[in-house]
Amino acid sequence: MLDRRDAVARLLADRGELLVVSGLGAPTYDVAAAGDSPANFYLWGAMGIAAMIGLGLALAKPKARIAVITGDGEMLMGLGSLATIGVKQPRNLSIVVLDNRHYGETGMQASHTAWGIDLVGVAKSCRFAEGHFIESDKQLDAARNLLHSAAGPAFIQVRVKAEDVPRMLPIRDGHAIKLRFMEAVAKLGQDC
Amino acid sequence: MDPTVDKAAQWPDTIYDQFRRARVRQVGYVPDAGHSRLIQRCIDDPEIADVVLTTEEEGVGLVAGATLGGQRAALLMQSSGVGNCINMFSLIKNCGLPCLVLVTMRGEFAEFNPWQVPMGAITDDCFRLCGFLVYRVDDPNDVDDVVGAACDMAFEGDQAVAVLLSQRLIGRKVWSK
Repeated sequence: MLDRRDAVARLLADRGELLVVSGLGAPTYDVAAAGDSPANFYLWGAMGIAAMIGLGLALAKPKARIAVITGDGEMLMGLGSLATIGVKQPRNLSIVVLDNRHYGETGMQASHTAWGIDLVGVAKSCRFAEGHFIESDKQLDAARNLLHSAAGPAFIQVRVKAEDVPRMLPIRDGHAIKLRFMEAVAKLGQDC
Repeated sequence: MDPTVDKAAQWPDTIYDQFRRARVRQVGYVPDAGHSRLIQRCIDDPEIADVVLTTEEEGVGLVAGATLGGQRAALLMQSSGVGNCINMFSLIKNCGLPCLVLVTMRGEFAEFNPWQVPMGAITDDCFRLCGFLVYRVDDPNDVDDVVGAACDMAFEGDQAVAVLLSQRLIGRKVWSK
């Protein structure tokens, strides 16, 4: 089992022009803790939407690399979006689920993954080209590389410890998050 | 436009032409009888990414992602689907994102299914409460002007806009046998 902050920091190491959408709650704090960036679109609400924002971005910017980093509860609320992504087959989109098997923001109640619901299995059933369950430190480098080079859609479930880590709160104003993200997109290299 | 189709039945083509004019590049939809011709026009257009959704709320994320990536997107749904979107609309409001939703109405005029009525009766109120401008079309002659205005309000005026295509406009054509 992995430490969530370490895992996200490793996944976002040398991130280059990777565009990141973070699901509400702990994943948003984890992504911010790995280093604030205008290329992070932090969600603070709209639970269940993260993967679909990734799809809209991936279709709009087919040469850019997009990573959605969210939690097991947020992914469960938008499970149908995996089927929608599977239909469109975006090669440049990766979904990372930080799976602590609990709803950390609301009091650590067990989530469906605690009962054996297999998200990687769902993603593979939905025609994700890559589906991986990561639980050890030595798997992280390969997972990080998938975000940059996988012929997606890729789904990576990262088993992390259910623990309270200090909150790292990024900007919360939706207009500001949007505007700086769009500026970052506009500055992407010509290859994107 | 297809000259063999009468004026009242041409409204989906009129909307499609407005999508072309407004450079809409992504269209999210849940399959719907009223929107079927417009959906097919979008599928047939290689410049439009057609995205079939499992639930309408997914479309709100699609619009947000498209906008963040510099593209324009529109959503097609039935009035029953509007209720599915409500919490996701907070993303549109909080970020000030343009959003264009075209809604085929059910449950308001010559409706045969009572289960369509509760959501159809509150569709416009739901949109307004969520911060949308709401336009309504009853007459096929108004489709071009109203949908064109809605595109401009959404993509030039950066607004969230819903166009309600009334059951009187679509119902008799689609469900009469």
